[in-house]
Amino acid sequence: MKKKEDLYYKFMFTSLKRIIKFGWNNFYRNKGLSFSSTFIMTIAILLIVSLLFFREASQFFISYIQEKVDISVSFNLNIDEEKIFEVKNELLKMEEIRNIEYSSQEEELENFKQKHQDDEILMRSLEEAQLFNPFPLPAVLNIKAWSADQYEQIVESLEDEKYRNIIYYIDYHDRRLIIERVFSITKWINQIFIILSSIFILIAILITFNTIKLTILNQKEELIIQRLVGASNWFISGPFLIQGIISGFFASLISFLISLGFVYLLEFQIESLFFEFNIFSYFLNQAFIIFLVQVIIGITLGIISSIIAIRKYLKA
Amino acid sequence: MFHASCFMLKFQKVTKIYQTNDIPIVALSDISFKVEKKEFVSIVGKSGSGKTTLLKLLLGEEKPNKGQVFFENYEIHKLSFQKISTLRRRVGMIFQDCKLISSKTIYENIAYAMEVININNDNIIKNVFEILETVGLKERAQNFPHQLSGGEKQRVAIARAIIHRPDVILADEPTSNLDPYNTLEIIKLLLKIHETGTTIILATYDKEIVNSLNKRVITLDEGVIIRDEEKGRFIL
Repeated sequence: MKKKEDLYYKFMFTSLKRIIKFGWNNFYRNKGLSFSSTFIMTIAILLIVSLLFFREASQFFISYIQEKVDISVSFNLNIDEEKIFEVKNELLKMEEIRNIEYSSQEEELENFKQKHQDDEILMRSLEEAQLFNPFPLPAVLNIKAWSADQYEQIVESLEDEKYRNIIYYIDYHDRRLIIERVFSITKWINQIFIILSSIFILIAILITFNTIKLTILNQKEELIIQRLVGASNWFISGPFLIQGIISGFFASLISFLISLGFVYLLEFQIESLFFEFNIFSYFLNQAFIIFLVQVIIGITLGIISSIIAIRKYLKA
Repeated sequence: MFHASCFMLKFQKVTKIYQTNDIPIVALSDISFKVEKKEFVSIVGKSGSGKTTLLKLLLGEEKPNKGQVFFENYEIHKLSFQKISTLRRRVGMIFQDCKLISSKTIYENIAYAMEVININNDNIIKNVFEILETVGLKERAQNFPHQLSGGEKQRVAIARAIIHRPDVILADEPTSNLDPYNTLEIIKLLLKIHETGTTIILATYDKEIVNSLNKRVITLDEGVIIRDEEKGRFIL
């Protein structure tokens, strides 16, 4: 039994070695076809990888914009800080809240002075107001939610009866339009990404499949001869799979080098377009993952396209 | 599917019709015959008489419209592709147009027939060089098919067909591209292989060859067997 198993494995190993050799020979000897399929696969991989870069840059852009969006809750002037912290702790229990920052009356006064130091009229008014109260500006809680539709709910809970004597003003209604617009832009970017991904991936698969189909069509006569000599499906299709894998690997290597050159050359343009997103350092930090992704995409494209293209020649 | 009697090949009321632009062309019409093991049979007939179709049916390359074709006890056209592949490994086919794999060297073309049946490399090397010596092409081992003449290609095709010592050789006009000297060499080679117990089906329209062989001759005319004689002659 053991001997039979050993023979089987030996048989499989010899077959596999031959299939790899045939695949490499096919790739090496059909230089023109190998070049064109590798070239097309390089374009396909670059399409998909450019999507990954676009996603990374747009996520950076989205979080940058979202970081700027919040609502401010101003408290009555005579309220103790402890009361404000109680409100803050109460709010932090809400799932919708991402972050709350407290700004005291002193800090608000300082910020106001810095912001309006060139406005004489405003500064004089402030001085007059300080005659009655050294800190005439209210303490503030700056609240950030996870998404635009959550602000409504947060504001509703702040407008509860229990906070009526504490809270002076909530600026949500003034900023509602801007908040909603920012979030709709981010939603729009995500939708564009999904549409672009689908189109690019479809194009990548189609062009790769068609190129490999043409390559196989070119070798149709050889395929038929192999069948007539008695080669099994595995023995016939194996070398084409290996050819696809080799093309995919070389294509991923080339596309890695092209994308490296591309991000190096466009580093500053992309940085100014996407708010300080440095694509070159991102690429260097993620180089191994990017290369791995490209290899996986290349090899998968090669295998899938080869299987689909060769299938019809293997039917009896 | 299973047939009890002992024969190598058998045609039973086989009809093969090709459809060309909706016009039916009858290639073979209701033909029946048997070939015993170790027999040498010449199939003769004019061009278009159905010789190549007959060989294609034996190789499982075509399916009959009616009737059955047997390889030993197996009805060829009811077998799965995998089993047809296994049967083809027991057949050595010499094609009229050689059908060599253009991207492989001469050595690789011949070795391929042994590689598909998973013979080890040492045996392949030994056998391929032996057969190349027999067909006089040892020096051309590393050439590609396009670097060979018609006669040399035909000899490579023969070498590929016999290298794995098949039970049956199907030769479709193997001498059609050859000069008289090479024709004689090829026929000598086929006879030598036949002496080792291989069944041979030779489709040809070469009168001289058939008459010199003095073996069984089946004569086809427009897809019908008009003569089947032991020690027959080419008469059309």
